[in-house]
Amino acid sequence: MTQEGNDMGLELKGLKKILGGRVIIDDLHLSVAPGEMISLLGPSGCGKTTTLRMIAGFLAVDAGQIFVAGEDVTALGPDKRPSAMVFQNYALWPHMSVSKNVAYPLKIKGLSKPEIAEKVDAALALVNLLHHKDSRPGQISGGEQQRVALARALVQEPNILLLDEPLSNLDAKLREKVREDIRQLQRRLGITTVIVTHDQEEALSISDRVAVMNNGRIEQFSTPHELYNAPATEYVATFIGSLNRFEGDLVSGLIQPGAHVTGIRPEDLTLSMQAFEGSHPGVVELIIPRGHFYEVVVKRSDATFRIFASENIPAVGANVHVGIKKSLRYLNGKLVA
Amino acid sequence: MAKFFKSINLSRIGINLFIALLAVFILGPLVWLGVHAFAADWHYPNLYPSGLTMRWWSKVFLDSALATAIKNSLIISPIVVIISMFICLPAAYAAGRMNFFGRKAFMITLFSANSFPKIGLFAAIATLYYALNLMGTFVGVVIIQLLGTIIYMTWIPAAAFAAVPKNLEEAARDAGASKFTVFRTITLRLAMPGILVAIVMSFLASFDEAQGTYLVGAPAIFTMPTEMYSLVQNYPIQVAAVFSILLAIPSVLLLGLARKHIMGGQLAEGFQLK
Repeated sequence: MTQEGNDMGLELKGLKKILGGRVIIDDLHLSVAPGEMISLLGPSGCGKTTTLRMIAGFLAVDAGQIFVAGEDVTALGPDKRPSAMVFQNYALWPHMSVSKNVAYPLKIKGLSKPEIAEKVDAALALVNLLHHKDSRPGQISGGEQQRVALARALVQEPNILLLDEPLSNLDAKLREKVREDIRQLQRRLGITTVIVTHDQEEALSISDRVAVMNNGRIEQFSTPHELYNAPATEYVATFIGSLNRFEGDLVSGLIQPGAHVTGIRPEDLTLSMQAFEGSHPGVVELIIPRGHFYEVVVKRSDATFRIFASENIPAVGANVHVGIKKSLRYLNGKLVA
Repeated sequence: MAKFFKSINLSRIGINLFIALLAVFILGPLVWLGVHAFAADWHYPNLYPSGLTMRWWSKVFLDSALATAIKNSLIISPIVVIISMFICLPAAYAAGRMNFFGRKAFMITLFSANSFPKIGLFAAIATLYYALNLMGTFVGVVIIQLLGTIIYMTWIPAAAFAAVPKNLEEAARDAGASKFTVFRTITLRLAMPGILVAIVMSFLASFDEAQGTYLVGAPAIFTMPTEMYSLVQNYPIQVAAVFSILLAIPSVLLLGLARKHIMGGQLAEGFQLK
């Protein structure tokens, strides 16, 4: 990290926001490298949208600074900031055609007509929407509207692209495709991108790094791999993926009373019909088909475990042996190495 | 089953009968008016007029008092609407988009001019007018007619401004537009259907206003509705018929325009987006 936020795509320093007497964001720091795509992930009310709106300039900060490409933009209005936003419900202007929507930012900039036409065509080609140039937003599908909104943001050639829950209004099948499209486009253009989402799968699959937010703070900011395999806090561990959570310590393969909290991912448990080294016996209580794998609930003398297994699924009531491959240990909510 | 069909038939006959009666009730007077405007003479118990003539039309157009009244109406009403827009639209924007103390009370107070018999209000204003030498003046008539437009020019645009989604404005700000540009290119454009309706309603309110205009304007300034009073008294009924048709023309034209540009337009369709 450089001192003044130089060489940075985006840098947030000590952001604070109070709304209606409630502290929404408190002392938030975040550094995003140029060309990086990051997610702000958290449940509703965690402050992720507030953060995005402060980056865009729609909300003034109560304390702290925002740097874009090393330049302090904290005092600038949204019209003067080098960021472009794609709104959750796209916010296309219904009285303008698709191409007029995309041309609007360029017209404001005062570009010449041929220049505008050229850039609008390029932006619409980028999102495969040239054939809808003259349609009105009301005449095209939700997915297409979203691409128009994306084109309208990209045509501004922003330093930072901001996406507010960009996939939440699309149906599940389309969501995956659009997710990949956005990621590919982002990689190709090398544009620094911040995406706000409450969907962990979306965040993990699309981002270089994910910032998990809770109560106006960032709990952890790291790669999807690290986030899943070494969640820095108990909150992140339970928020991302599934977790068997026990109050107590792991002593020779058994959960024993203790000061720590022990977390075990369902796929870090081994299930076998025969005893093996480090295993302890238990009884299968429930089997839940989850598509390409099964969730097996096993009761042992020390605790009840949820285990993900894809083969050799025992029957309910069967006597099985469960071993623990890997566990996470937390003290006062923080990961203990 | 038979009973079921019978009841359907009966209710259908009932509905048709009702529609026919309604048509006679609404269109009857218009037909009567239309025929009278061209009838030489038409009296009970004759089923048809005694002959057709354009005499009444030439009478109206050649009478200088009537021509002046038409001219006055066509000058005063647009002026009233424009002044009303200047006064009321900023207030409508404030009431629609901002939250200030007393906003609701302010909006409801605007109804007060419409919630009592106007003649009382006009009489009170008349005493004020005598003091200010506004009786029988052009300005006096304009002010009196403004009163009737306020309610339309505030409430309808206020609702239209309030209905413009905030994030459409934010998107424009994000795209680099100044606050004023956002208002001009986004907010105003999206509120335009509501403003057009308000303009039509205000124009008609001003154009048809007779009580206050007569009280303040007569005998110096006559508009089409106030001229109607003397027409009905001094001329054959056919002249009044011709004049009523003339009086109705702007209303019909405006409503036709409104239908074309507001109801069926893409502007209306755009609001489904949200």
